[in-house]
Amino acid sequence: MTEALKATAQQVVDRARRMGASAADAFIREVETFSVTVRRGEVESLKEAVSKNLRLRVFVGHRTASSQTSDLSPAAVEKLVDESVQMAHLTSEDDSSGLPDKQAVARDIPELQLADPAWESLQPAERIELARRAEAAAFAVDPAITNSSGGSFEYERSRTILANTVGFLGAYEATGGYLVSIPIAESQGAMQQDYWLSITRHRTLLKSPEEVGAVAAKRVLRRLGARKVKTCQVPIVFDPLTAQTLVKHIFEAASGDAIYRKRSFLVGQNGQAVAAENVTIVDDARMIGGLGSRPFDDEGVASQATPVIEDGVLRNYLHSSYTSRKLKACPTGNGSRTGSGSISVGPTNFFLKPGRTSPEEIIASVPAGLYVVELLGFGVNTVNGDYSRGVTGLWIENGRLTYPVHEVTIAGNLRQMLRDIEMIGNDITFMGSVAAPTVKLRNMTLSGD
Amino acid sequence: MSSRSIFLEAHGVTVQDLETYLATALGRGGEYADLFFELKINHSLALDEQIIKSATKAVNVGVGIRVLAGEKTGYAYSEDLQRESILKAARTAAFIASSTPSGGKIGIGAPAAHRHHLYVTAAMPADLPISEKIALLRQADEAARAYDARIRQVQASYVDETRHILLVSSDDRYIWDVQPMVRINVGCVAEENGRRQSGQQGAGGRRTLELFRETLDPRALAREAARQAILQLGAADAPAGPMEVVLGPGWPGILLHEAVGHGLEADFNRKKTSAFSGLLGQRVASELCTVVDDGTLPYRRGSLNVDDEGNPTHQTVLIEKGILQGYLQDRLSSKLMGASLTGNGRRQGYDHIPMPRMTNTFMMAGQSTPQEIIRSVKKGLYAVHFGGGQVDITSGKFVFSASEAYLIEDGKVTTPVKGASLIGDGPTVLRQVTMVGNDLQLDQGIGICSKEGQSIPVGVGLPTIKIREMTVGGTRK
Repeated sequence: MTEALKATAQQVVDRARRMGASAADAFIREVETFSVTVRRGEVESLKEAVSKNLRLRVFVGHRTASSQTSDLSPAAVEKLVDESVQMAHLTSEDDSSGLPDKQAVARDIPELQLADPAWESLQPAERIELARRAEAAAFAVDPAITNSSGGSFEYERSRTILANTVGFLGAYEATGGYLVSIPIAESQGAMQQDYWLSITRHRTLLKSPEEVGAVAAKRVLRRLGARKVKTCQVPIVFDPLTAQTLVKHIFEAASGDAIYRKRSFLVGQNGQAVAAENVTIVDDARMIGGLGSRPFDDEGVASQATPVIEDGVLRNYLHSSYTSRKLKACPTGNGSRTGSGSISVGPTNFFLKPGRTSPEEIIASVPAGLYVVELLGFGVNTVNGDYSRGVTGLWIENGRLTYPVHEVTIAGNLRQMLRDIEMIGNDITFMGSVAAPTVKLRNMTLSGD
Repeated sequence: MSSRSIFLEAHGVTVQDLETYLATALGRGGEYADLFFELKINHSLALDEQIIKSATKAVNVGVGIRVLAGEKTGYAYSEDLQRESILKAARTAAFIASSTPSGGKIGIGAPAAHRHHLYVTAAMPADLPISEKIALLRQADEAARAYDARIRQVQASYVDETRHILLVSSDDRYIWDVQPMVRINVGCVAEENGRRQSGQQGAGGRRTLELFRETLDPRALAREAARQAILQLGAADAPAGPMEVVLGPGWPGILLHEAVGHGLEADFNRKKTSAFSGLLGQRVASELCTVVDDGTLPYRRGSLNVDDEGNPTHQTVLIEKGILQGYLQDRLSSKLMGASLTGNGRRQGYDHIPMPRMTNTFMMAGQSTPQEIIRSVKKGLYAVHFGGGQVDITSGKFVFSASEAYLIEDGKVTTPVKGASLIGDGPTVLRQVTMVGNDLQLDQGIGICSKEGQSIPVGVGLPTIKIREMTVGGTRK
C-alpha cells in the first residue's frame, strides 16, 4: 500500500518537472478512521472511512503555487499538476521560496515508534465497549451527574508519503487512539459540563475507561455551584490543560512566519531574557511515541529538538525552509503542510519543561487566587501580547482549593505573563503535541463583579 | 443551473446507481438513509510583503452515506465515486441498524425544484481569471500603505469556493445546488516607537467578483484595516469589571451567535445539555429583542437554497419580543422532538455528519437612534469591532472579544481602549438589553462557525444595542 502511494507521489513530481516546473514536492496522506459515540448507554453515532489526500507544491524558478485534491484518479491528478504549474507562473518572484536546501533534507529516517499494530486487533465491538464504559464510569461516581454528552472512542491510522524533485522519497506510519468522557452535572437547576480524555499512539498506554470516566466526573462535580467573584489582582494558577494554551501562544509568537511578518511580540528578542529564569521551552520532533513526533517534516527536512526558550532566554525561532532562508537562520524541521498544500511553520512536540514542584505545593503557596480549569474565547493578540480570556476555575484560599468560579475573565500581557511565571509543576500532561505542567503566575487582573 | 447535477453529468453516476446505494444503505433495516455528494473547488491567493506569494487550488470530492435508526447514526464516506467504493461505504453505514430490512423498493423520482434562488451569478468563482483576483489584492495593498506611513506590513488574501452538492434520500428528497462564495481579507501591522498593533477587515458573500467591483471595494477594506491598526497605537488599557456596554451595529452580532444561537440548536435541547433546555415559551430577553435566523437572504455568506440535508432554508424566529419561540432543527432532532424542519441541517463536507447549525443570525431593528443610545450612557464601553467568540453550551457562559472599543463618558464616545473579552450568561444577557437601535446591519461576510470540529460559513447582524451590565475583561480597575 505504502509502495503504491510512494509511486504515485513520485509520478506527480516527475510530471510537474515535465510540465516545466523547476522543482516540486508531493505529500500524500492516507487516513483510516473509526469513531463511535455512546450516549446514555446507547450507540449514538458510528463512523468509519478511509480517506486519501494529495498536496502538491510546484516551483517555477522563485515562483510557486500549491494545490490539494481528494481525487487521486490519474486524470484528475494530471490536470491538477498542470494547472498548478500554470498558476505558479502568475505569482511573484520570491528569493526565499523553494524546496529545502540539500543539506537540510533528512538522510536517515529514525524509528520513533509512532505506529502500534496492536490497535488492529481491537474489534469494533470492543471499541464501542470502551466508549460505553468511559461514559458509564462517570455516571457511577455521583447522582449529581444527571446527563452526558457521551463517551467516545476514536482510532486513526495514517500513512504519510513525501516525494520531491531533489531525490527525497520518504514515508512513515502512525496510529492514535483517543478515549473521552463528557459528563454533565446538575445542582439547583444549573448545569456544568467537563471532560477527561486519554490519547496515545500505543494501545497499552490508553488509560482505562474507568479512570477516564472517574476523572471526568471529578472535574465536572467540582464546578457545581460556581459563582462570580469581585474584580481583583491575584496570583493565577493554570492547570496543565489551560497552561498548554499559554505555551501554544508562545509557539505562535516564536514561529518564523510571525517573526518575518513582524506579527509577534517576540520580534527582535533572540538572545534576550523574555521569561522568568525557570522557563525552558523546547520543540522536540523526536520524542519516542510523541503525539507531535515525526521522522521528517512536511517538506522533508530532518526532524530535531530545538530549544526555543532556555532558562528564560529566547534561543531560537522555529522555521520552515522558507522562513529559515528569509530570516537567515538554520531550518528547524517545523515545515507543516497546510490544507491547501502550502507550507507554514507548525509545532512538533512543543512543551514547557516540567519543574520539581508538585501541583499541590503550588496551590499551597497561594494565599488567595484562582486555579484555572477552562479558558474561553479568542482574546489573545500575539502581535502585541495583549491577553484577555474568559475563565472557569476554583478559588484558592489559604493554599487550598475552595468554591468554583465562573463568568469572570483574566487579563494581562503575554510579555509580562512570561516574566511572572513563578512556579512550574512536575505534572506535564501531553494531550496533543503542545503541552505544559501546572504553572503559577505572580499576578493578573481578574475581572468579575 | 444545468438540468442535471454535475455528478450525473461528469462523474458517471446514474439514477439507478443512486437507488442501489440507498437500498444497500438500508440493507440492515435502517429507517432512513441519505447520500450527500459534494464537489468543492477552492482557489486562494495571498499577497504578503507586496508580492503575490502563493496561489492555491483545492479539489475535494466525495460522497457521505448516512443511515438513521432511532437515535443512532451510521456514517461512512468514499472519496472515489466508483460503484464498488460507494457500495462498500453504504454497507459500512448500514451496520448501525440491526433489524429486518423493510425490503421496499427505492424509487427516485424527478429532482425537486428550488424554493429559493439566493445566489444567481453569471459565472462560478472557479471559472474566473486569476489576473483579476490578483489586481484586487494589489489595490488593497496600495490603499493600506497609502493610508499612513506607520503601516509596515500588509497581508491580503482572496479565497473563493464553488460547491456542488447533490442530496438523495430514502424519503424522496432528490435535489442539488451549486453554491458560490468569495472573500477578501486584509490585515495590517502598524508600528510606532517600537509599539506594534494590528488591524483586520474582510468581506465576502455568495457571489463572484462583481461583489468587489460593485459593493465592497477592496481598497475600502484595506483602509479600514489600516485605520484599526493605527487607532490601536494610541489605545489605553481597557477597563475591568461590570459596566454598561453599547454594541455597535453589524459584526458585534456575534453576541447573538454565542449567547443564544448555539444554545438554541436543537441537538443540545433534545439531549437537554443546553442552558436553554426547557425554556421554550419563557422570557429569555427584554421585550425589545426579536432574534431570527434567516438562511434565505440573497447573496449572504450564511445563506443556502437548501441545507445539507436537502431541505429549503427558512426564516426562523428564535426569540420574539423576549419570548423563546423555537430551535434550529436538523432532520434527526426534528423527528425525535416532533418539531418542524427549519432548514438548519448543515455539515462541513461529505466527510461529516450533519447537525443543526445557524445560517444568518440577527436581531431586528428597534426604535432608538444610535446617538440616543450613546447619549444615555454615563459611564460605559462602546464596542464596535470584534475578533471571535465562544460559548459553553451547558453552563450558558459565553465570551466575545472586542478588538475596537472606546470608553463612553457622560454620553460621549471618548478614549479608544485595547482589546478585551466581554463575558456573560446566555440565557440572561438579553434580559439586560435596555435600548435597541433603528440601524440593523448585517456583517460584511466573514463569519466562520466551529462546532464539534466542523467549520461552516455563517452571518450575523445587530442594530446598536445597550446592555445594562456586562463584565469587561480589561486590566484597569
